[in-house]
Amino acid sequence: MAADNGDDDYQNRIKEGDYVVLKRGQIFKAVQIQQKKKVIFEKQWFYLDNAVGQLYNTTFEIASGGILQPQKVEDAESSFDSKEAGTDNRNIVDDGKSQKLTRDDIETLKEQGLKGQEIIQQLIENSSTFRDKTGYAQDKYIKRKKKKYENTVAILKPSCRIMALMYHGREPGKICHLRYDTLAQMLTLANIHAGSKVLVFETCAGLVLGAVMERMGGYGSVIQMYPGGGPLRAGVESFGFPAHFHDMLHDFPICHVNALLAGTMDTTAKDHATDEKQYNMAAEKGQNQPEGEQQGNPEEQSMETGDNPLQDQEKMEEEKRREARAQDKKMKLEEKRRKLAAAAALLEGRNADGLVIASRFHPCPVLLGLLKFLAPSRPFVVYSQYRETLIECYTKLKEQGGTVNIQLTDTWLRHYQVLPNRTHPLLLMSGGGGYVLSGTTVAVDHSKPAGSQQAEEPAPKRQKVKDTEG
Amino acid sequence: MSFVEYSDFIQDGDVAIVYLSHSSVMPVKVQHGAQTQTRYGVIRHSTDLIGKRYGSKVTCSKGGWVHVLHPTPELWTVALPHRTQILYTTDIATITMMLELKPGSVVCESGTGSGSLSHAILRTIAPTGHLHTVEFHQQRAEKVAEEFKEHRVDHLVTVRNQDVCKDGFGVTGVADAVFLDIPSPWEAVGHAKAALKKHGGRVCSFSPCIEQVQRTCEVLAEQGFEEISTLEVLLRVHDVRTISLPLPDFGPESGASENAPPNNTSVTLKTITPPREMPGHTGYLTFATKPRT
Repeated sequence: MAADNGDDDYQNRIKEGDYVVLKRGQIFKAVQIQQKKKVIFEKQWFYLDNAVGQLYNTTFEIASGGILQPQKVEDAESSFDSKEAGTDNRNIVDDGKSQKLTRDDIETLKEQGLKGQEIIQQLIENSSTFRDKTGYAQDKYIKRKKKKYENTVAILKPSCRIMALMYHGREPGKICHLRYDTLAQMLTLANIHAGSKVLVFETCAGLVLGAVMERMGGYGSVIQMYPGGGPLRAGVESFGFPAHFHDMLHDFPICHVNALLAGTMDTTAKDHATDEKQYNMAAEKGQNQPEGEQQGNPEEQSMETGDNPLQDQEKMEEEKRREARAQDKKMKLEEKRRKLAAAAALLEGRNADGLVIASRFHPCPVLLGLLKFLAPSRPFVVYSQYRETLIECYTKLKEQGGTVNIQLTDTWLRHYQVLPNRTHPLLLMSGGGGYVLSGTTVAVDHSKPAGSQQAEEPAPKRQKVKDTEG
Repeated sequence: MSFVEYSDFIQDGDVAIVYLSHSSVMPVKVQHGAQTQTRYGVIRHSTDLIGKRYGSKVTCSKGGWVHVLHPTPELWTVALPHRTQILYTTDIATITMMLELKPGSVVCESGTGSGSLSHAILRTIAPTGHLHTVEFHQQRAEKVAEEFKEHRVDHLVTVRNQDVCKDGFGVTGVADAVFLDIPSPWEAVGHAKAALKKHGGRVCSFSPCIEQVQRTCEVLAEQGFEEISTLEVLLRVHDVRTISLPLPDFGPESGASENAPPNNTSVTLKTITPPREMPGHTGYLTFATKPRT
């Protein structure tokens, strides 16, 4: 088929520097492919060098010395078919002696470099009860041993699905316990799509930002509103987006929101803020650097050095370097200023197409503040691990108006084991994936049409009416 | 207006969503000279809609008012005319993420039904992706094709009127993802495999009954699909309300002055209440990955 030509394959090969996801069973880990880099995953260590040039989704076997070898298909498919099986467990006694191999024997097998597959075969052969187990119990036994002894790892291309599964499984605390199905709801409820202008405020390690960027495919713009000194994007890196995706990504410090809304944010104000930050950072690094930043300072310094006849060339060199550094920093500052101005310009129109909030901050002020940047008839979503904070958001939104279709929801997620005659829900399910408040902005109407007197009523009375409307 | 691109003002020929309340949303085809009846009175398109900003409040003839919203797949899902049972946003959101849909994805879908999921797919894969959707019911296929045109997304979709179990999707080796919502999905697994790209892709099947899931999973495994996983997602909508709980009177405290007025007779707090009834089941979602062949 035309769609699957050589180019397509090139796209699907693992390259050095790629951000990839390792997978074993249901466990994921994001890493970057680097030569001679030791990776520890699921109590095993290996090098990724051999993976370069292989296709994504390949399963590798970890050989001695941490070398990865693509798994052969026959290996993966060979099964432990046992002809004999019992019908029930009436004669199976747990005497702790059914396995003839000792702990040490197994360790020896491992040291001999036996494959996981072969170790499991040995375990089966040396189990006195295996043949008496029912077919189902045999399956279960093999599955359990496979989990323990198979030393394979699959290398996947990152995607929103995989990243969300990975973070939820490994570091739920870092993403405010945002479960993947909840993230899915948010992306859909916020109508995230190519070509729109979306505001994102998150402290979920960049997972939410990355998810939004993936759905926009490099079209449109994303403005990351960030708290503190700078935007966090560790998770975004792991998505391994092509370079042009980053052109659509802007950032804006949330501490300037009030100034921007009040119209008091001018370029000089921005300069001061960034200069100051830069100054402080530089001051920590060394004494000389910040001086170069002040205007006219390089000249002063050169005059000083000129006054001293004992200064030799080394000093001159040092001077040049310092000047270059200052120049470099000036450029960087200029760049930063330009980017901030660009982000401010995007926000100033107050015509954003969507708003996504998922953070450890109290969502209420964030929502009320950032909602002002949305055009009318645009969706917004707020995530919170706790429902109380969203109850407050809901109440405030109802009070101030300007939104419709407000819904406070959460989702239940249930996984199933589907096997012949053994289908049932999984025994374990996630207790909670957080709560989502969603809605749509509408034009704030200052005139008083006949039907809207209730907006003029005192708050408590109005609330009662609204609440039941729900 | 388009379902894949926002615009600010309502124009002749647009499809706008008239929002009356949470449970009452209606789609309106905007036309010069046309009128729409609501329970708050009549909306005159020429004066009340055309040229107005999306999100505006529109006062109807009886003095009541409504909001006119820009169409989105989510609003369409609650407003669309049902010709079949449809998929709702909760399942759609899960399907979109688990199928890894994004701009540029090529997707195969069957059956098209009322087009609820189709619109959400189109929104996600635009502007460079494509949807091949198969509907064996001729009238439904024609109707949905007409809607795609009205919604200005017809350049992103091909509707085929054929039986997916017999004739497949009409394309091979091009899809990144396949979605099946048909009574016997196991009969279409082979066609799904053929439609997916050589280097692999994702498939999802939606079935209300566990027996259907069982058969589908068996065939998926036989056909070499991996990462087979069945799940169910349920939405819980919470009502925010203020409740007041009365406090019992324990009588006067010993030592306290008898004339002291009782402190509080009740405590008021904001809380959420789960709905008395909620949808308990829509369908099982079975996902799988087609490996490279």
